[in-house]
Amino acid sequence: MALTREQIAMRVAQEFQDGSYVNLGIGIPTLAANYVPDGVDVMLQSENGLLGMGRYPTEAEVDADMINAGKETVTASVGASIFDSAESFGMIRGGHVDFTVLGAFEVDVNGNIASWMIPGKLVKGMGGAMDLVAGAKNIIVTMTHADKHGNSKLLQSCTLPLTGVNCITQIITDLAVLDVADGAYHLRERAPGVTVEEIQEKTAGTLIVDGDIPEMKIK
Amino acid sequence: MSGFDKVVTRYEDAMAGLRDDMTVIAGGFGLCGIPEGLIAQIKTMGTKGLTVVSNNCGVDGFGLGILLEDKQIKKMMSSYVGENALFEKQLLAGELEVELTPQGTLAEKMRAGGAGIPAFFTATGYGTPVGDGKDVRYFDGRPYILEESVTGDFAIVKAWKADRYGNCVYRHTAQNFNPMAATAGKITVVEVEEIVEPGELEPSQIHTPGIYVDRVIKGTFEKRIERKVTSEEGQ
Repeated sequence: MALTREQIAMRVAQEFQDGSYVNLGIGIPTLAANYVPDGVDVMLQSENGLLGMGRYPTEAEVDADMINAGKETVTASVGASIFDSAESFGMIRGGHVDFTVLGAFEVDVNGNIASWMIPGKLVKGMGGAMDLVAGAKNIIVTMTHADKHGNSKLLQSCTLPLTGVNCITQIITDLAVLDVADGAYHLRERAPGVTVEEIQEKTAGTLIVDGDIPEMKIK
Repeated sequence: MSGFDKVVTRYEDAMAGLRDDMTVIAGGFGLCGIPEGLIAQIKTMGTKGLTVVSNNCGVDGFGLGILLEDKQIKKMMSSYVGENALFEKQLLAGELEVELTPQGTLAEKMRAGGAGIPAFFTATGYGTPVGDGKDVRYFDGRPYILEESVTGDFAIVKAWKADRYGNCVYRHTAQNFNPMAATAGKITVVEVEEIVEPGELEPSQIHTPGIYVDRVIKGTFEKRIERKVTSEEGQ
């Protein structure tokens, strides 16, 4: 069975190490904050200038001066810091953020990612995505393996305008966990009940399957 | 020391000297930390042909979005726009130009502009449409693109408190682009919630030193929230 959005988020959260600084994009990546394993503390970076993003506020705590990069009201966690946008992107661009998790329209075997622009559709902007993919130490892409028409999103070469080049190292989809290295996808895990053949069929780029591929451990 | 007194009491004085076709750098992230009264004053003045450098362009009827109503903006330099229908309409009609700029590059363009650095190299945007036509240099084997800094004829800034000398502090995430914007204006105008006397703000806690600030005005703020999300206590 293909994973749900929540299950993809659960699998993403297993990657975080205790003491990691993590930036989560909008959508499935944001959900990963709910599934950080017991005994692991992460600090969430929100690129509008907050390190140590906490839970959403109660009605009484709502403060217009306290928002996240998705422009939602938030709180600060214990040990948080707040700073300006240049400082925020200094820590991103300077490689100090341990994990960036974001969605994508397409990725390819050279670690390229397209996530912000579909020609012919209105373009709203890249926000901080180009800075994040250029700077983070580990970039995890979450997405469905194929689009709703069944077309693979894991390509040999991206067709859409790029967000960043040669930067993606890991992809977690509803079907599989894959690493990207040496011009190929390397299959590491498959979703429970999903066969290697199905993953091969839905992966358009070069896929290397080495030995037995274990199932993901999802509760 | 009255030469250091930056306080003005009328919005006409705060924005005096703004003319058609000027460049305005504005602080704020979404609707958070925006100089509401200064934006309203620009609308009142009816200044046209403006180039506005700001992360976003407000929403329909609020923030920088109100400057679209009378087509006062010629060009936006932003990382994310289109939270407003009017913006989309003017863009598609060719009445508005947009230079989409990565958020960190935008912040650095302002910071560098205010710090006297005309351009800088960044890996952000290399190999993407943002890098098209820009100079590329390799450092330690990695490609970087040359990005030029920005300065404005005016910078409009929202701070929490300022003293009469223009020393500013910001509150929570309403800080965002405001400190960089404050450095990058030929004339920097700060709208604040509270004006205090010099000496009342702790010198080591000042975010924006008064040297960058030309005018300070006390405003009243609606502080509209774009996406109010709440949780039960302890969740």
